[in-house]
Amino acid sequence: MQSKDDSLLLSIQDLTVKFKTQEELITAVNNVSFDIPKGKTVGLVGESGSGKSVTSLATMGLIPMPPGQITSGKILYHGEDLLQKTEKEMREIRGNKISMIFQEPMTALNPVFRIGSQISEVLRLHKGMTKKQAWNYSIDLLDQVGIPDPKTKIKAYPHEMSGGQKQRVMIAMAIACEPDLLICDEPTTALDVTIQKQVLELMLDLQEKYHMGMLFITHDLGVIADLADDVVVMYRSNIVEQNHVHTIFKNAKHPYTKGLIACRPMLDGNPKRLLTVSDYMEEDGTEIEVPAEKFEPMIKPDKSDIDSHPVLLEVNNLKTWFPVKGGLFGRTQSHVKAVDDVSFVVHKGETLGLVGESGCGKTTLGRTILRLQKATSGNVVFDGVDIMKQDKESMRKLRSRMQIIFQDPYSSLNPRMTVGDIITEPMAIHGKGENQKERFLMAQALMDKVDLKPQHLNRYPHEFSGGQRQRICIARAIGIEPDFIICDESVSALDVSVQAQVLNLLQDLQQEMGLTYIFISHDLSVVNYISDRVGVMNQGKIVELETAKEIYENPQRNYTQRLLDAIPKGVPKDLLLN
Amino acid sequence: MHNQKIESLEKASALSHQKDEHGKSLWFFAWQRLKQNKLALSSVIVLTLMVLLILIGPFFSPYEFDFIDWENMSTPPDYSTQHYFGTDAMGRDLFVRTLQGGRISLMVGFVATFVSLIIGVTYGAIAGYMGGRIDNIMMRIVDIMYALPFMFLVIMLMVVFGQHIFLIFAAIGGYIWLDMARIVRGQTMSLKGKEFVESAIAVGATTPAIIFKHIVPNLLGIVCVYVTLTIPQVILVESFLSFLGLGVQEPFTSWGALVNEGAQDMEIAPWSLIYPATFLATTLFCFNFIGDGLRDALDPKDN
Repeated sequence: MQSKDDSLLLSIQDLTVKFKTQEELITAVNNVSFDIPKGKTVGLVGESGSGKSVTSLATMGLIPMPPGQITSGKILYHGEDLLQKTEKEMREIRGNKISMIFQEPMTALNPVFRIGSQISEVLRLHKGMTKKQAWNYSIDLLDQVGIPDPKTKIKAYPHEMSGGQKQRVMIAMAIACEPDLLICDEPTTALDVTIQKQVLELMLDLQEKYHMGMLFITHDLGVIADLADDVVVMYRSNIVEQNHVHTIFKNAKHPYTKGLIACRPMLDGNPKRLLTVSDYMEEDGTEIEVPAEKFEPMIKPDKSDIDSHPVLLEVNNLKTWFPVKGGLFGRTQSHVKAVDDVSFVVHKGETLGLVGESGCGKTTLGRTILRLQKATSGNVVFDGVDIMKQDKESMRKLRSRMQIIFQDPYSSLNPRMTVGDIITEPMAIHGKGENQKERFLMAQALMDKVDLKPQHLNRYPHEFSGGQRQRICIARAIGIEPDFIICDESVSALDVSVQAQVLNLLQDLQQEMGLTYIFISHDLSVVNYISDRVGVMNQGKIVELETAKEIYENPQRNYTQRLLDAIPKGVPKDLLLN
Repeated sequence: MHNQKIESLEKASALSHQKDEHGKSLWFFAWQRLKQNKLALSSVIVLTLMVLLILIGPFFSPYEFDFIDWENMSTPPDYSTQHYFGTDAMGRDLFVRTLQGGRISLMVGFVATFVSLIIGVTYGAIAGYMGGRIDNIMMRIVDIMYALPFMFLVIMLMVVFGQHIFLIFAAIGGYIWLDMARIVRGQTMSLKGKEFVESAIAVGATTPAIIFKHIVPNLLGIVCVYVTLTIPQVILVESFLSFLGLGVQEPFTSWGALVNEGAQDMEIAPWSLIYPATFLATTLFCFNFIGDGLRDALDPKDN
C-alpha cells in the first residue's frame, strides 16, 4: 500500500476511530483503508451509522476529541499524514485544498449574511483577494454552478433561494479555492429527484473542469452509479467491499452490496416484494442463497376493473389557497394556490400515488383531505360522508378511520412519551380495548406486526433509528384499524435499504387489513412501484392521472417525462447500453 | 373480527412474558449530565442542607424567634448563652431569627414561583397553541399588566388590605407569571409545528389533551430552568420589599428584613448583617448555579 505513486491524492490506511460514551467505547470506523487517485471519484456507500461520515470527518480533521479518538491509522494526503498536522496547519488545508459539501444546505449557510459575502470570505481568507476581487470572482463562481442571473443573486440572502440553489451556492463555496479534493457528504439527499439530477450533472462537469478528486458519500448506490470510478461499501464500521464501479454493479461479491443494489425500486421489473439486505445476509453477516422466485417480477394485478370497486374517497374541486398579505394594514393582495381545483376518486383497496416536485402542493392536498388544513372551497367525501361539513365531534370520530404517516420520523413522535404511550394514545381516544392493560397488550402485538421487539414498548423514541421510528408511526396509525392512510413522503427520509423494508411492510399491511392508501412522494420510482394509479401534480393541479403502467410507458406530459428522466437508473450508463 | 382480536391478544400475552426493557427518558439523560456538573451538584447539596437547617435548626435553640432576652441585647455571638449568631438590638436571638426568616423567604420564593408556574404555563401554552385572535387578546392582556408599575401596585395593595404575608405571595406570584407566560408561548408556537402534534390532531385528540399531553411535557425542560432562576428573583423581590418596609410584619421576619435591620447597625453590630446576608447570598448562588446546570443538561443541542 505504501506506494510513492504521484497519481495518489489521498490514501487512508488502517484508520480506526472510536467514540467514548458513558457506558462503553464504540468503534465507529474499524481498520478502514482506501485510496483516492487524482481526478477520480470514489463513492463511499453505507447505511446511516455505518461510519462513512466519520471517515470523512476524520479526513477533514473535524472529529470532536473527546469523545472521539483516532486509535490507529494514517490519512496520507500527497504523502503527508493529515493526522499529524497541527490545528493551524489543518486550517490552511481545510476549505482550501480539501473542501466539503454537507447534506443540509439550509443549515450550512449563515442566514444573516448575503451569499456573496459568504463566498467572498472563503476567497479572502485563503486566496488573499481584496474585497472587490473576491466579489467579482464570486459572481463568476455562481455563474459556473449554474445560478441564473448571478449579478443579482449574489446579493440574495440564503432564505431567498430554493434548496437546489442553496446547494449550488455550497458547491460554489467549496470549489472557490480550486481544491484538489472535494468531500461530498450526501449532498443530494435533501433534494428532489429532479434537482438531484441537475446537481449531480453539475458536479460531474466541475470535477472534469478542475480535475478534482472526489469522495462522494451516500446511502444510495444508485446515485453514484454514473458518478463514481471506484466504490467503497461500508457496513457496520468496516469496509466489506471495494472495487471499480462496473465490477460492483455487474458482479458484487458481498451479500450486503447485493442487497443494496437490489433494494432500490426500478421503474419496471420489480419483484413482488422488494429485496432487502436481510434477504441476502443473516444478522451475523453470513450469506443467504436468495431463492429464484423472489426475483420474479411483480405483475401488477390488473385493476382495470377498479372503477367498479366501491369508491372510498371522493375529492371534488378542492382548493386550498393561502392569502399573501401586503400593503397597508396587511390586506390580502393575492393567493398562493397550493391546491387548485383538484378532483379525483380513490377506490377501496387501491393505492393512489401522488407525485410532484416540492412546492407542487401534494402535501397540502393530503393535509386538506384530512382536514388538518382548512380548504378554501370544494369538498371531500369519505365513504359517503362529506368531511368538510362535519362538526368537531363527529370529525373526531371519523378520524379513527383515516390516518396519516408523516415524512420526518424524528419530529413525528413525542420525545417525552414512551413508545407504548404513543401507540396506545389513539386507541384510548377511540375506545379500543377495555383498559390500558389490554391496550398495552394490543400495542405489543402491533410492535410484533411492524417487526419491532414488543419488549421495547417502554423505550423512548430517541432510542430507535429512523426506520424503526417510521415503523412506530405505522403501528400508531394502524392501531385503530383505519380504512384509509395517507403516506406523506413516508419513506423519503429513510436510507434506501430501510425504505425497501418499510415499503414491503406497507404492502403487507394493505393486503392483510384491506387498507386504502394515498402515497405522496417526489420519487416517481417509489410511487410507481407501490401505486395502482399515479397522479402527477404540478403547481397545485393534477396534470395527469393514470395507471402506474400507463404513466411509465406512455407519459402524456413533458413534466411527467422530466420526472421520469430524473430518476437515477441505478446502474452505470455504459452498463445499460450493453 | 372478534376471533382475530382474541388471537392477537393471546399472541401479545405470550410475547409479554419476555422481559420488558425499561427505556431511558430524556430526563434520565439530563440527570446524567447534571450529575457531571460539579458546581450544580454541590449547589443541590448545599441547598438541601440549608433547607434542612432552616426546618429543624430552631429546635436546637432554647429561644423562640420573638423571645426578648433582656440580659443580652445586641451581643455578639456567644456559645455560653447559646446565642450562636448573637442577638439584635431588641435582644432577640439571631440564629433562630435567621432560620425563621429563611422559612419565610424560601416559602415566598417557592409559593410565588409555583403560582407563576401554574398560571404562566397554562396561559402561555393556551395562547401559543390557539394562536390567531385568542393569542392576540391573551398576550395584549399580558402587555397591559406589564405596563402597570409593580411597586406602585404592591404599595396600593398594602395600603388597602394591610400588610399580610399572603398578600406578598399573591402580589409577586401575580406579577412574575407574565415572564413565564411569554417564554412558554414562544416555545409552544415552535412545538405546534412539529409533526407529532399534527399526528395527535389526526388521531382525533382533543385540544386540551394535546396541550397538556403533548405540548406541556415538552416545555418542562425550559420551564424547569426558568423556575430555578425565578425562585432567587422572587426572594430578591421580597427582600427588596422588606427592605423598604413593605414586606413581612414584625415579629415575623425574612432575610430581606433582617439584612435591612442589620445594615442599620452595621458599624456597632456587624454580626446582625453578616449572618442573614451570608444565608441569602448562598441561597441565591445555589439557585443560579442549579439553573445554569439545568440549562446545560436540558439543552437539546447536546443530545
